[in-house]
Amino acid sequence: MKPPDRRSFLKIAGSSLGIGVLYTAFPASLKAGESSSFFSALGRANGEKPEPFSFVQLSDAHVGFNGPPDPLGTKAFECAVEMINRLPRRPDLILFTGDLVHDTENRDLQIQRIKQFQEISKGINVPVIKHVPGEHDAGLDGGLLYREFFGESYYSFDHRGVHFVALDNVSRAKPEVGTEQLAWLKKDLSRFPKTSPIVVFTHRPLFDLRPDWEWFTSDGDQVMNVLAEYDNVTVLYGHIHRDDEHQIGPVRHYAAKSLIFAFPDPAGVSGPRKAVPFEKEHPFKNLGIRTVSFNGQAQPSSAPLSIEDIELTAREFRGINGAQQLLRNSEL
Amino acid sequence: MSKATKVPALIVFSCLTVLLARGTSPRPEETPVVEITAKRFAFSPDKITLKKDQTVKLRLRSEDVTHGFFLRQLGLDEEIPAGQSVDVTVTPRAAGTFTTICDHFCGANHGNMNMTIVVE
Repeated sequence: MKPPDRRSFLKIAGSSLGIGVLYTAFPASLKAGESSSFFSALGRANGEKPEPFSFVQLSDAHVGFNGPPDPLGTKAFECAVEMINRLPRRPDLILFTGDLVHDTENRDLQIQRIKQFQEISKGINVPVIKHVPGEHDAGLDGGLLYREFFGESYYSFDHRGVHFVALDNVSRAKPEVGTEQLAWLKKDLSRFPKTSPIVVFTHRPLFDLRPDWEWFTSDGDQVMNVLAEYDNVTVLYGHIHRDDEHQIGPVRHYAAKSLIFAFPDPAGVSGPRKAVPFEKEHPFKNLGIRTVSFNGQAQPSSAPLSIEDIELTAREFRGINGAQQLLRNSEL
Repeated sequence: MSKATKVPALIVFSCLTVLLARGTSPRPEETPVVEITAKRFAFSPDKITLKKDQTVKLRLRSEDVTHGFFLRQLGLDEEIPAGQSVDVTVTPRAAGTFTTICDHFCGANHGNMNMTIVVE
């Protein structure tokens, strides 16, 4: 059997959620009867047999954030947890792409916010939750407190044949990865063949999405040069509080919406960024969920994907009554 | 000339060479200086106007914590250490209105710390 190319191996089908993104990793173009030998070949190449699975990306909860444009605090995060737990198919993983909490120089208060984040996260009925820091988690102290509670800020792991890489582009205070982490990345990936499926998750975009809004990573081009050696790379990030999708060379970049408030489409704004105003009648506007599920059959005659977009406001918290209910319970 | 007198003579010659060399180059004072102060979470002034192809020196001063001063179009990517000043010389080559940001995370409202540079 020929080594599978990137198109035929892994399709990361995703969707930005409002609460995050559910991705389903699956063999995209398999013909009936080929899957067994296909997986075996990849298993031999990558050291682990790839299997279909799903995961969820969450981002930018900013636990502790206080005031406009979102007076609801952690409500969207809590709703996201409920929504994940209601998913018909239980995800294997949660990837949280930074700004777990909002920063404060009061160390005790920062710890309190981290513990609140962890308490809410405990409610997610998913066995594995992985994190990377955002600048609000690690920018003020170089990531000391973050590492104390969440472990290393950059690392990698394997899951069902997919190699996941967590990159930290916030702990140096400036939007950069730095030479030490770049060297680590090269070394980490060097053991994988060119066709290996790789998912990179990080906080800031690795490319110049909107530099005057600090939507970039200054040495992101060097990261991209390393990743360009591989055929199956997907980058997931947060920071920009809106969903976005870019193809750069062979790499696809997906941003997730936040769990606190949204930023507008930068294409329509020439000056400084301003958050999308809070709408009392639509308290979770721009926060929602799009799930993408794979039926696992890999039959070309059937649609392998089913996609559903769910807006949080369309459920329990619809309209003005929903907003009042939320506001009444808010700690703010 | 003894070995003992050679060394001082060499030092005097070197100093003269440096002074003469300085005398032939433009004096630093001839470059216009624009002072910009960085303090959480704003630059002051928040807008300056420069002339295309005219070299200016930006004197960046932090009044509190470390800040950044980043503007890709003008090749500016400076770090302003806490409580210190940094000089950077820039010659804008294209007219336009640009947003400069603090790109060194400085606190909760860091994302809104920016200023405008107009090049005419």
